[in-house]
Amino acid sequence: MSLPAGIYFMSGNDAVAEGAIIAGCRFFAGYPITPSSEIAERLSRRLPEVGGIFIQGEDEIASIMAIIGASWGGLKAMTATSGPGFSLMQESIGFAAMTETPVVIVNVQRAGPSTGMPTYVGQGDVMQAKWGSHGPYEIIAISPSSVQECFDFTIRAFNLAEKYRVPVIVLMDERLSHLYEKVRVPPQDEIIIINRKKPKSKEEFLPFMPDDDLIPPMPPVGEGYFFHVTGLTHDEKGYPKMDPNVQEKLIRRLCDKIRKHADEIIDIEMHMMDDAKIAIVAFGSVVRSAMRTIKIARKNGAKVGLINLKTIWPFPEKQIYELASNGVEHFVVAEVNYGQVFLEVQRAVRGEAEVHGVFKMGGALPSPLEIWSTINKVM
Amino acid sequence: MALQHPLSVIILRKRVSEEELKYRLAQKLGVKVRRGIVHIIKDRCKGCGACVEFCPSKVLKLSDDFNSRGYHYPVVVEEPPTKVCIACGFCMLICPEFAIYSVPMEDEEE
Amino acid sequence: MPVKYVESHIWDKYLRTDRLPHIWCPGCGIGSVLSAFLQAVEKANIDPKKLVVVSGIGCTGRVAGYIKVDSFHTTHGRPIPFAMGLKLARPDLHVVVFSGDGDLVTIGGNHLIHAARRNVDILVICVNNFNYGMTGGQVGATTPEGAYTTTTPYGNPERPFNLPYLLAAAGAVYVARWTSLHVRRLAWSITEAFQKKGFRFIEVLSPCPTAYGRRNRMPDALEMLKFFRDNCEIRDFADPKEVDIVPGKKIILGKFVDIAEEKKTFEEKIYELINKYRKV
Repeated sequence: MSLPAGIYFMSGNDAVAEGAIIAGCRFFAGYPITPSSEIAERLSRRLPEVGGIFIQGEDEIASIMAIIGASWGGLKAMTATSGPGFSLMQESIGFAAMTETPVVIVNVQRAGPSTGMPTYVGQGDVMQAKWGSHGPYEIIAISPSSVQECFDFTIRAFNLAEKYRVPVIVLMDERLSHLYEKVRVPPQDEIIIINRKKPKSKEEFLPFMPDDDLIPPMPPVGEGYFFHVTGLTHDEKGYPKMDPNVQEKLIRRLCDKIRKHADEIIDIEMHMMDDAKIAIVAFGSVVRSAMRTIKIARKNGAKVGLINLKTIWPFPEKQIYELASNGVEHFVVAEVNYGQVFLEVQRAVRGEAEVHGVFKMGGALPSPLEIWSTINKVM
Repeated sequence: MALQHPLSVIILRKRVSEEELKYRLAQKLGVKVRRGIVHIIKDRCKGCGACVEFCPSKVLKLSDDFNSRGYHYPVVVEEPPTKVCIACGFCMLICPEFAIYSVPMEDEEE
Repeated sequence: MPVKYVESHIWDKYLRTDRLPHIWCPGCGIGSVLSAFLQAVEKANIDPKKLVVVSGIGCTGRVAGYIKVDSFHTTHGRPIPFAMGLKLARPDLHVVVFSGDGDLVTIGGNHLIHAARRNVDILVICVNNFNYGMTGGQVGATTPEGAYTTTTPYGNPERPFNLPYLLAAAGAVYVARWTSLHVRRLAWSITEAFQKKGFRFIEVLSPCPTAYGRRNRMPDALEMLKFFRDNCEIRDFADPKEVDIVPGKKIILGKFVDIAEEKKTFEEKIYELINKYRKV
């Protein structure tokens, strides 16, 4: 059974696992990698309890392909990994995006690149989440900043994946994965679960013909729909078509499917932003340092606020631009990499504000005083 | 041309090919030999020649004519009555193009 | 002389006829293997609604697009883990992985042996044309030593896999090798395999006149088929160790492994586990 409603004390990884079960995940295939292994370990015990399937793949590529196969088999499927495994999965993520397969991929980021610091925090996979696979495509990436959010966002990830028929990446980081905090599990009737659209009839059914919302209903396998799914550029029938016009139509739709719905997908959180002249932009574990920073700033009379991104992709550029053209003069982007969200904020402000970075390469979060000292320099 | 079988002189009192000998013997013994009708989808053929080469009754040969794609498709060989399709189905199995199949005469509609 | 010129084939009901003619070269054996497969589907009474074909990238991988069933044309080397996930989610379906030697054995080799080890209940048909045909004829893990390919212009310095040996060692419950000439045996073998459960592997040697044959003195598919006719020997239950393909040695065909004892499949074990520990 899923966790009954109540208050629990658990780690970020635990919260992801339990959130997945409540969201209806009944298939997990993963490969051990620090710092995400606990998700696999917990699900290996919990999934059979709820009638779900757990397997450990021989590598990350087998894991991601297995969850794509299971998703086509009708199950909500998830995998969990970290940087090196995420890199291995990129081709298959592109395949899931191209074939519009709903899957959830949890990337518990660690300091990189390469083997890096397996047991230390990093946030260097932000750009990779968007651009990791080849070709033009769009995915959704969300970033929890507390263990409660790990729980809530995992449920959200499944809902987004099912609704938009797209791979959704939960961008966590190591610090959060092993942090223990209070989690409130709401009663079942308070939790919204979204399932994939099913076709209305078999008559003249075209598996990749979208509805008005740009999302095609997903045919169930084994019921005589006789559909074809391919990673090659395909027409509405699903048949490969090597034609630039078909490519134009298909790829635009796959990207517009997310871009045009950005407003519904994006969810950001502001703190003390009403009169802020300086905005800290943070996501994941850094939000906690940033929260302390704005308290220090306000005590010192500085008009500083915090934007907790929550949604990384599609990037909330409209919201950032609005703030930039309505009073915010400086954006201070604090992240554990050498400037990734920083570049997006720079792009989004379109010159209406100045953008500064507080960068830590990995292994440690920017401390509140480090962020405060940058803000001081800015003021 | 088929080789003449030495035993035919003894059995039938004349020189005939091996196939003719077998056919005549079968007839004499009352053995029913299955006959088939070759069905060819001319325009699907890519002229690989496998059906011609491996038909056990050597019933086929490549046409002189071309199909719409420029390939020589199989036609039946007009030879003495013993060269007949026996509906073994090998051409159907080996054809990579789904361009040929055989149907036993009794099963043929119309 | 009884002959009829018609417009459709009796097996068109299993094919996506709106996509014919297929892309394979004249003389390519893949079409023959597909014919044998359809014959087996009929003989084994498989309901096309419950049949799923998963393929990878390459000439053989295109098979999935032509069979009128729920079909999946996945990424290079990865049809097997996809099929494993699908089969676990829907154990009631017949899942067939139909792909080429480059896809399944060279890039996909890791998944192949693990699936065999786990005894995933899928039927794998591996068409072996000794090279990477689709991309023009590069060397692969099944290319005979000394053969010429576009990336071994001086002759292949590598030794190929002995596939039946590899799969028998990995634990497959049914291992057979045929050629695209021995279509009857192949159809019968696939029919037999459909009626078993567990990891079943059938290797089918095929001519590739355009890429492989042309560079190795067999430019005509018919030449290679005749070569198969004259140089293959059917030896059921031969020792898989002895069936390697070496120039000068007879190619051994047949059914090498057919484990009669029912071994639990991966899906069975997973579902048993679930049924034992579930609390809902």
